[in-house]
Amino acid sequence: MDLLRVKIWRGGESGGFATYDVPRQGDQTVLDVVTYIQRQLEPSLAYRFACRVGMCGSCAMTVNGVARWTCRTHVAKVEIDGGLEIAPLRNLPVIKDLVADMREFFGKWKKARGHFVATATRRDEFARISPETPQRKAADAAIECIGCGVCYASCDTVSWNPEYLGPAALNRAWTLFNDVRDGARAERLQDVAGDAGCQGCHTHLSCGERCPKRLQPTAAIAGLKRATALAAMRGKL
Amino acid sequence: MRNDLRSRNHRCFWAFLVHRVSGVALSVFLPLHFWVLGQALEGAGRLESFLRWTDHPLVKLSEIGLVLLLAAHLSGGLRLLLLEFRPWPAAPRWQQGALALTAGVSAAFGLLFALNVL
Repeated sequence: MDLLRVKIWRGGESGGFATYDVPRQGDQTVLDVVTYIQRQLEPSLAYRFACRVGMCGSCAMTVNGVARWTCRTHVAKVEIDGGLEIAPLRNLPVIKDLVADMREFFGKWKKARGHFVATATRRDEFARISPETPQRKAADAAIECIGCGVCYASCDTVSWNPEYLGPAALNRAWTLFNDVRDGARAERLQDVAGDAGCQGCHTHLSCGERCPKRLQPTAAIAGLKRATALAAMRGKL
Repeated sequence: MRNDLRSRNHRCFWAFLVHRVSGVALSVFLPLHFWVLGQALEGAGRLESFLRWTDHPLVKLSEIGLVLLLAAHLSGGLRLLLLEFRPWPAAPRWQQGALALTAGVSAAFGLLFALNVL
């Protein structure tokens, strides 16, 4: 039987890799491999997944050094000489084995005011937003993020500056900045300005390179840089 | 845990690295350059003897490297300005074309200078 040699991170921050042999199968995903190990070889292995089809964003891990959705990554695409190395997402504390602590990641969405602030009630008319306006186009280009954390884990600026809000939170802020129905656009700009915000980006473009949805958070961050600069010149920052 | 080279190994990160390294190298070179120009104030003889030293083939070779660094930093800087100030069009991968262009411009400048020197 054709076997895959899989190194899996065990333990917390100071853990190490353990090696398991997993039978190869056609069209096998990395998530299939992890599930096989947990069900057949190592019941105590901790990992996170839900939908298995690339919608929920919970199964992201570091596969052979690169952050990926394990459910949408075929083994054949990433194995090196019949081997795989699977670790938790980088730039986040490790809870156990392959499970990273996402609190810091989502906490930064809050800091970037990543929630919609309504200005109308249910008794008002529907807002009519033309899909052709430049603002709506900018929001649409960035809105498909499902919060998997792949960009955050791939970002070196996050490693260098733990306060940095990161690509996903800034991308979210950019979609809301371009939403004309939102009532806190000026305040949000203040939240994302500065060294821990959009000005901290070093334009490595790792976020866009690794994003499974092919989004470009760097484009969103560049947009926020221009918007904050304009606001500062007008004395509104 | 932090990322290693496997995660960083993509075109745009290499472009960042080239920009950073060429920037640091040029900032080391600049004070040296001004010091040499300053020699002219001390008398034509001292500058002349230094200029004679630069005729050495090894110095000429490193001059080609210097021109490459300058071209790479200039074109890479223009690419960054484009990324920062021009709203990106629908096709998000255009910056890789910009990368190829900056590499090409740098190589062309280096070659032109090399042909001029040799």
